[in-house]
Formats: sequence, C-alpha cells, structure tokens
Amino acid sequence: MNTATETVAPLIEHRIAKNYFTEGGHTLKSWLLTTDHKRIGVLYLISIVFYFVIAAIAAALMRMELITPAGDMVTSETYNNLFTIHGTLMVWFFLIPSIPAVLGNFVLPMMLGARDVAFPKLNLLSWYLFNAGGLLALYAVTFGGVDTGWTFYTPYSSTYSNSHVLTMAAGIFIAGFGTILTGLNFIITTHKLRAPGLTWFRLPLFVWSMYSTSAIMILATPVLAMTLTLMGIERIWGVGLFDPKLGGDPVLFQHLFWFYSHPAVYIMILPGMGVMSELVTCFSRKPIFGYHFVAFSSVAIAVLGFLVWGHHMFTSGQSIYASLVFSYLSYMVAVPSAIKVFNWTLTLHRGSISLSTPMIYALGFVGLFTVGGLTGLFLAAAGLDVHVQDTYFVVAHFHYIMVGGMVTAFMGGLHYWWPKITGRMYPEKFGRLAALTMYLGFNLTFFPQFVLGYLGMPRRYHAYAPEFQIYNVMSSAGASILGVAYLLPLIYFLWSLKYGKKAPANPWKATGLEWQTTSPPPKHNFHETPIVDTPPYQYSAEATEAELLSISNKETPYG
Amino acid sequence: MNFPLFPPEASKVAQQTDYLYWSLIAICILAILVVFLPIVYFLFKYRRGKKADRRPVHLPEIPIEITWTIIPIVVFTGLFAWGANVYWTIERPPADAMEIDVVGKQWMWKIQHPEGNREIDELHVPLGRNIKLLLASQDVIHSFFIPAFRIKQDAVPGRYSELWFKADKLGTFHLFCSEYCGTHHSAMVGNVIVMPPDEYQKWLMHGAPGSSMAQEGERLFRAYGCSGCHVQSTIVHAPPLNGLYGRSVPLNGGQFVTADETYLRDSILLPAKDIAAGYTNDMPSFQGRLAEEDVMKLIAYIKSLSDTTP
Repeated sequence: MNTATETVAPLIEHRIAKNYFTEGGHTLKSWLLTTDHKRIGVLYLISIVFYFVIAAIAAALMRMELITPAGDMVTSETYNNLFTIHGTLMVWFFLIPSIPAVLGNFVLPMMLGARDVAFPKLNLLSWYLFNAGGLLALYAVTFGGVDTGWTFYTPYSSTYSNSHVLTMAAGIFIAGFGTILTGLNFIITTHKLRAPGLTWFRLPLFVWSMYSTSAIMILATPVLAMTLTLMGIERIWGVGLFDPKLGGDPVLFQHLFWFYSHPAVYIMILPGMGVMSELVTCFSRKPIFGYHFVAFSSVAIAVLGFLVWGHHMFTSGQSIYASLVFSYLSYMVAVPSAIKVFNWTLTLHRGSISLSTPMIYALGFVGLFTVGGLTGLFLAAAGLDVHVQDTYFVVAHFHYIMVGGMVTAFMGGLHYWWPKITGRMYPEKFGRLAALTMYLGFNLTFFPQFVLGYLGMPRRYHAYAPEFQIYNVMSSAGASILGVAYLLPLIYFLWSLKYGKKAPANPWKATGLEWQTTSPPPKHNFHETPIVDTPPYQYSAEATEAELLSISNKETPYG
Repeated sequence: MNFPLFPPEASKVAQQTDYLYWSLIAICILAILVVFLPIVYFLFKYRRGKKADRRPVHLPEIPIEITWTIIPIVVFTGLFAWGANVYWTIERPPADAMEIDVVGKQWMWKIQHPEGNREIDELHVPLGRNIKLLLASQDVIHSFFIPAFRIKQDAVPGRYSELWFKADKLGTFHLFCSEYCGTHHSAMVGNVIVMPPDEYQKWLMHGAPGSSMAQEGERLFRAYGCSGCHVQSTIVHAPPLNGLYGRSVPLNGGQFVTADETYLRDSILLPAKDIAAGYTNDMPSFQGRLAEEDVMKLIAYIKSLSDTTP
C-alpha cells in the first residue's frame, strides 16, 4: 500500500507550507462556504464540542441535584428539562455525528485515496442542516424548555406536555436530513472513489464500519422523521394516532420510535469499533486478526440491529411471544460484537505494543465496551429485564456503550488523527493522564448505577428513597473526575495548536493512505493519486522492534 | 453507612430473578477473565522494547473464528431460554388470583379492592395469596414497579394490562412509577404492605366501604341506563350479559373474541369496535362519561353476573 508513496516522502516535506488551512484561504467565509471534506470535518468538530459542553453541563447539574435524596437544588420541571437537554443533545447533536461526521469526514476520503467525498456541496449542506437543527433544539430548551425526555413517549409528548416539544422535534427532524445526506455521501464515496487497486477487502476496517453505519443512517433516520411528524400532527391537529382518547395507540409510537432508535444505537457504536481496529493494529504493529470476520460483523450488526427494537418494550404490554422473539434476536446481535472483541484481543498476540495515548483509549474501550455488552445480556433476558427496565441499570448499561465505548473511541481516534488534522502533536504525558483519569472517573460514575438499578431506583427521578443515596454520591463524585478528564484534552488540544510540536507526515508510522501525505494534508489530499497493491495493516512487529534497536535516540517514531 | 446490594426478596419470582442475576454475574466474570487475562498477558509480554518472540505465526483463522462464534451462540441461547422461562412465569397470572384494580394518573395510584375498599399510593395485600392487578391509566403511560417482587408493568391508557405476584414476606415495600409521566414523576411513589391474611381481613372490615366493587357497578349499571337495554325483559335488542365474562364471543365479522376485561372495556367505551354476531351498533359510547374506576366497577359487576347465572 505504501511503496509508491514512500519514495516521494522527502519531496512532500518540502511542500509542507501547502495545506488545507493555507490553500483554502483564512477568511471566515472561506470556512463557512468550504466544500473541502477536511474543513467540514473541522467545522463539525467545533460544533459537536459546543453541543457536548451544554449537554455535559446539564449532566453535571443533574449529578449535583442527585447528591441528596430530596429534590432540593432545582425544581422538578427544571430537572426534567435537564435530562431532556442532556439526552437529546448528546444523542443527536454529539454522539451520532461524533465519529462519522468529524473523523469520518476527515479521514474516510483520504483512506480511500480520494480527493474529497462524492458530493462535496451536499456535505456542506449536511453541516448547515445539522446546525440549523441544533440551534432550533437549543432555542427550544432555552426559551421554554422541553420535558419529554429524549424518547418523546406518547401520549405525554403529543397531548399532555406543555413544553416546546414541537420546536425540539423540528430541530431533530431537520438535523436528521444532515445525517441522511452524510450517510449517502459516504456510501457513494466508498463505492465510486476508491483509489486504483483498493478493492473491498483492502479497505481499512474503519471504512467497513462507516459503510455499515451509513446504511443504518439512510434506512433508519427517515423512520424517526416520520414518527416525530406523526407525533406533531397529533399535537397540532388532534388527529388520533397515539392518544387513545383520540382513538390512537400509544404503544405504536414506541414501536416506531425504537425501530429507529435501536439501529441508531449502532450508529453510536459501530464507528467506534471501526476506530478500534485502526488503533489496535497500529499500536501493536500487527495486521488485524480475522479481517473478514471483523468486516462482516459490522454488516451483521447493521442488519440484526433492525430486528431487536422490541426489547425496549418487554413491560409495555406487547405480546409475550413478540417479547420472546425480540429477546432471542437481542442475544444474537451480541455475537458479532463478541467476535470483534476476540479478534482485537488476538491481534495483540506477538505484537509490539506501545501504550501511547490512542492505545490507552483503545484498551479502555475494550474494557468499558465489554462491561457494557455483558450487561446487555442481563437486559436481553426478558424475565430479568422486567425488574431492571427503566431503572438506573439501563442508564448504566447504555452509558458504558455510548460513553465508555463511543466517546472513548472518539477520543482515541481524535488523538490518533490530531497530528494529521492539525499538523501538531499533542503533549503525550497529558494525553495519557487524561485517558487514565477518564477510565477512573467513568467507572466511578457509572458502575454504582448498576447496583442502584438493581436496587430499584427508577431513572428520570428528581428525588429518590434515602437508601439509594450512597451510590448516588459515588456516582456524582465520579462525574466530577470525568469532567476533569474531558476538560484536560480540550485545554491541551487548544494549546497544541500554537505550541505543539510540528507533526511529521506519519508520526505513528501507520499504513493507512491518510498517512501517506503531509500533515496537515494539502487541499486535494494527495500530491499524486496513490496506488494500492496490498491488504491493509501491513505492520510487522518484528521489523518495528529491530528498527528500534538500531536507533539510539530516545525520541522514537511510532509514538 | 451501609451498601445495600439487593432490594428485599419478597416473592418466589424475586428469588428466581435473583438466581438468574447471580448466574449472569458469574458468567460475566468468567467472560471478563477470558478477554482481559490474555490482554493483560499480551501487554506485559509484548510491550514494545521487551524481548519476546514476535515471529509471525500462522494461526488457523477459520477454526478459531468458528469456535468463538459458536460458543457465544450456545451460551446466549441458554441464557435466552432461562430469561424466557422467568418471563413466562411473570407474564401469565395464575387462574385463581384475587383481582385488585389499579388506576394510574398524574401523579398517583388509585387502588380498588374487590370488597370495595379504596386507597391511594398504598396497596394492602394478604401474604401467600396470588394477587392479580388490573392496571389502567387515565392519562399518560405509567409503570407499576415493585422492586421487592422484581416486577413491573406499564399502565397504558386505552387498555388494560395485568401484573401478578404472590408475596411470601411480611413488610412494607416500595412502589414506584417507573415510566416517565411528567413533572412529578418521582413523587408517584407509594408502599405495598404485605399483611397476614387475618389482619388483611380486619383491615378490609375496618375500611368498611358499605358496598363491594360489583355492587357499586350494579348501581352504575342502572344509573347510566345500561339496564335499559341489557336486561333480558327489555324490548331493545342488546346482548345479554349473564355468563358473558370469559366466554368466547362470535363477532359480526366471523371472528371470535374472548370476553376478558379488555373486551368488556372496549365494548363500553368503543362499542363500534367489536359487534357481537347478530346485533347492530346501537349502543352509544361512554368514552369521556365514565371514569376509569367506574368502568372497572361495571366490569366487576358484569363478571359477578357470570358467577351466578350459566
């Protein structure tokens, strides 16, 4: 994969001044009207950090409220608004775009050896739709508030809630089109813009996972749009769809909502798995074990993910037989995830393992995602789910997947590609410190919530019974550590933009095509179209070790 | 400061659930060891710069992949069956269960005992008796959750759902609403009080409501004019109600439907939905005219009719 580009490397170093920052112009307009996938990736990064900060502040206020059993810090209305802000912003305005729209936008075309995505203008439109939706959602929560939770269960949302439900739904509706267009762009880019020689089974696994994610985005997001529209129609015109007083069926809403939202859960984890495959191989200097199985497990997850929505409804009164079928399929969707974990583990065998920051995040991902996945086995057991459904057990479970899994992978990926994106190195020591702090803080925040859930503390409770306090205090203490762990990278990443060491083209000596060009890359990514003649991940642990022995300098490559 | 790990275990279902829970924890610990021990071992052995044999080996990929695909499938299928078994028990109330009616509304639980006793946010039940709750909601979705019994069931407006348990421990246990239902969701809590049967009888007597659910229902049956058509002697052609409950009813469309609580409820509130064979849709809807509790009383009355007449 890299033979052709290796020889031009010295040439590239001379052209370092020419990159997508300098080439496109420095004006605000040049950024806001850019069609460069790299700039759009950066725009997404700035936007999602903005929404993340707001959603995280909402979480912090909730954790402060929950230190004491009585609801004594904010009112119930405020508390309900806080968890709605937290849920909606985190799901639709942070997690869903996190890896796909930031890292995917930036590296996917480069991994394919392409100059850009297939439809660059559509790509920019996605970003505008996303932010139009996001600002509308922010308007809704700032001026009036929304108190339905991110799930919008009817008939509460359609008939009873007095909050700005419609504005929020409109925001999510609009942002959804941004997601659909991103998915469309990625699928077509992967089909049409691969470099010469880059066959499907030479694609990096990140591309496979992004492809699967994109398929879900295109197929599932329209269902959400329709469902929210139906809810809005009932709310505005009183057409009986979900409210039984008008002749509707409230459980129908849940079927429609989860038909979208369960696949959406996989939009929020598959990209993380893709990042994992890049990190584990690069920092153990090994080709991935079981490439085809890892690739097709992404596809399997995308397909099976559409067939398990009913496991959110074991206590809703749906048919017992339906529940049992959903229970079994939920177990089966866990199989491809298990396969991935096993393959990553065996990839480490006979590797040359470096505990650089991205790798610490990757190992953290394995730990947290495994706990999240295993606790999913509790919830898939229909009889046990009856007890833990709608309790903190569920809250802990999906935070282990979405925060422990996806956010950890996002952080790992961001550190990994940061030199490529910005042309600067982040401070490695602080990176490791933040990664370890995150791991500690995360577990202290969310592990006690499993116990809380089994004890029976329902979620979305502003006040709670006194015997639950000790675990809530632990969780809130953990959240403050987690807050520091997320604040640290924000500071040193910004710091590195000005003071960070200049990054070489390929600081990790990684094999992906995105590393075969300068850091930051030129506007059209490659000086010459790369030609691919090998499978991905042509790493050699032996050669790495041998090379390191021959270098006396402590400042070694490979990270 | 104490660290409770379990809610009280006050029913057999709770024991079964806890048994499954502990077994799953054991399986998880095993799985974590299977994954993490090799990782930790590899991290030490193959840490960069450490001397180790790193020559590439050709591991038999296909057999390895098949092995770690099949093993989870087998284990997961077993777990599914176990969970399904517990679910089956939870979801199917025994036939001899004593029925208590529950109506959820923002933000309280209204409970009616067959003898006519009513209470709010408290549920008194006798020890060792199968109890079936008939759940309804008069506004949004609520969920009736008793951690000590490890059970919950959504109370969905527009339909009835059921929840059953048999308490085998005396005491006062938490009752939570576990489906988010609006502003004071977290205040929609109460207690389940399990009493010895004789004390429960005393408690019922002490409440002394004067008339039972069925008697109340009969009063409503006359007050709302139901008797005008549904009593046999009248000229208006309406289906007789004696012995109706639990029977299979032929419909005009040719299908059959079991006359359970949900059917009776729909027939009162949405009479046009299922017309019994041989009848026309002459009945007005009582939607909006009857409170959920009153519908339940009428149903209790109709059920009492099946007890007496064949």
